[in-house]
Amino acid sequence: MNDTQAIFTTHDLAVGYRNGKNQVTLLSGLNLTLEQGRLVALLGQNGAGKSTLLRALTCDERPLEGTIEVNGKNLLEMSQKDRSRLIGLVSTERIQAGALTVTELVGLGRQPHTGFLGRLDDEDREIVRQSMADAGIIDKANEYMASLSDGERQKAMIARALAQQTPIIILDEPTAFLDVASRIETMRLLQTLAHDRGKAVLLSSHDISQSLMLADELWLITTDRQVLTGTTQELVAEGAMNRLFMNRSIHFNPQILDYSF
Amino acid sequence: MSYRRFALTILGLTVLLVLLALACLVFGSVDIPAGKIMDIITGKGSGNRAWDIIVLQSRIPMIATAALAGAALSISGLLLQTTFNNPLAGPSILGVSSGAGLGVAIVILAMGGSLGGLLGEGVGSYMAVLIGALLGAGVVLVVLIAFSAIVRSNTMLLIIGILVSYLTSSVVQLLNSVATEEGVHNYVSWGFGNFSGVSTAQMPIYAGIIILALIGSALMVKPLNALLLGARYARNLGINVSMTRNILLLITGILTAVVTAYCGPIGFIGLVVPHIARMTLGTSNHSRLVPATILAGADIALLCAVASVSNPHGIIPINAITPVIGVPIILYIILNRRRIQYFN
Repeated sequence: MNDTQAIFTTHDLAVGYRNGKNQVTLLSGLNLTLEQGRLVALLGQNGAGKSTLLRALTCDERPLEGTIEVNGKNLLEMSQKDRSRLIGLVSTERIQAGALTVTELVGLGRQPHTGFLGRLDDEDREIVRQSMADAGIIDKANEYMASLSDGERQKAMIARALAQQTPIIILDEPTAFLDVASRIETMRLLQTLAHDRGKAVLLSSHDISQSLMLADELWLITTDRQVLTGTTQELVAEGAMNRLFMNRSIHFNPQILDYSF
Repeated sequence: MSYRRFALTILGLTVLLVLLALACLVFGSVDIPAGKIMDIITGKGSGNRAWDIIVLQSRIPMIATAALAGAALSISGLLLQTTFNNPLAGPSILGVSSGAGLGVAIVILAMGGSLGGLLGEGVGSYMAVLIGALLGAGVVLVVLIAFSAIVRSNTMLLIIGILVSYLTSSVVQLLNSVATEEGVHNYVSWGFGNFSGVSTAQMPIYAGIIILALIGSALMVKPLNALLLGARYARNLGINVSMTRNILLLITGILTAVVTAYCGPIGFIGLVVPHIARMTLGTSNHSRLVPATILAGADIALLCAVASVSNPHGIIPINAITPVIGVPIILYIILNRRRIQYFN
């Protein structure tokens, strides 16, 4: 793969939302790092600010304060086009692409690299084919998106992000609508992409035990709006897992890497 | 596999276009033998001066007007459907046509003349009418953009479009109440829709603007495809979403305004044709959809034109024909929306 090495860092980042003149800060003072070859899971209860943080990291929303850099270059001052070659996105937004085949959809991932009319050349088509193979969706290459199961659709969306050939892939709740088998499969796929393809992968998730088992690093948003980072072992040892939920009646059980009550 | 389907579709639509154009040449309120029509087109002349004038100054301009109007409205519908992520959007249902119509009515009355008739007199007056239509369509599009940012529901946006139509028609009626009787008569007949309003002298402007805007839409296939994935994915693919939307709506406004100014507010074509193109091609990929929509739009408009002159007792208004073709197709789409891929 001709991906460039990248390291993604935030400096004193503050995220939240603007409500007219009021500014509501959800998270602040964030100094976070994403590295090539690592799978990072962002965990936190609903409303903690996971999506807001991801929207800031993908430049869909301007952060309230601070900067984001990729290889020392300010992401916020880059053109949309330059950013599209650094970060690939997989979100849960509804798409209108039911009448596109998987190949056509994955082909859209080549847009940052194609010309004015978006025509694909032989090299682009080969990258599309390879991306579908890597995401495990190549046997459905000529099927309509509408005919896929939720899990297959998510694989196609991941293949689309792969075809974009970005060093960083950010996924907003990629397993949210999937059954258990597809969840595990998707997480495994993302782990492979990080470890074997050298991608920096960041995903938000509700699936705590799976994230703890498969992620190389966790970003935990605690109930008092701090972001704790570290490996599963480190965070479990620090007792950080019990700061994830407000509810006092559930406790994190290190033996099963999950919560019990 | 699907390229073959695309090529066959384009071929079929082109053959149909030629056949329908020939039908429009041959059928009409005056019977002219087909052989004589060939003589007139090839420049030999039929020997009958009236026939020459009918074919060269009435039927041929009408064919060009209808084909371009159909293509323009259909592309407007396609761009609106993709931009607003709404399969039931179209220039008439969202009130863009009515906005253009209101602009036309205001210009006509401000100029103290009567509607419709003015389109034929002098360059200055029909340019004013065109600008009125453009401004009217533009205002409605701005209103739609503003509302689409507030109300996220597709259905609500359609209802707002329908409300805009009611509002503009009530304003037009108020204007009519102070207009001359002749003005009202002309306005009403303009509202029926017809493809005979563009004279050979006006054709360069009418055709020129539409062709340029159609080329513009063909150059937008890449961002249009990105928009199928929604604004966030489109941004992630490097597309400047707000600029793209503005360009698409500008093209839509120009196409709808020009057609409405010259042919009246024509319904259903813009809504239905993109669906015909999608179902025939089996894709929502705009690099195939745009050319197929242009051809299918021209075909449907010519079909309406043939139907409108097929009545021996007089011309049937275009707007009496488009619902007959459009409503069954829309009902079919609504009833089968779960089986049609792009609804999933």
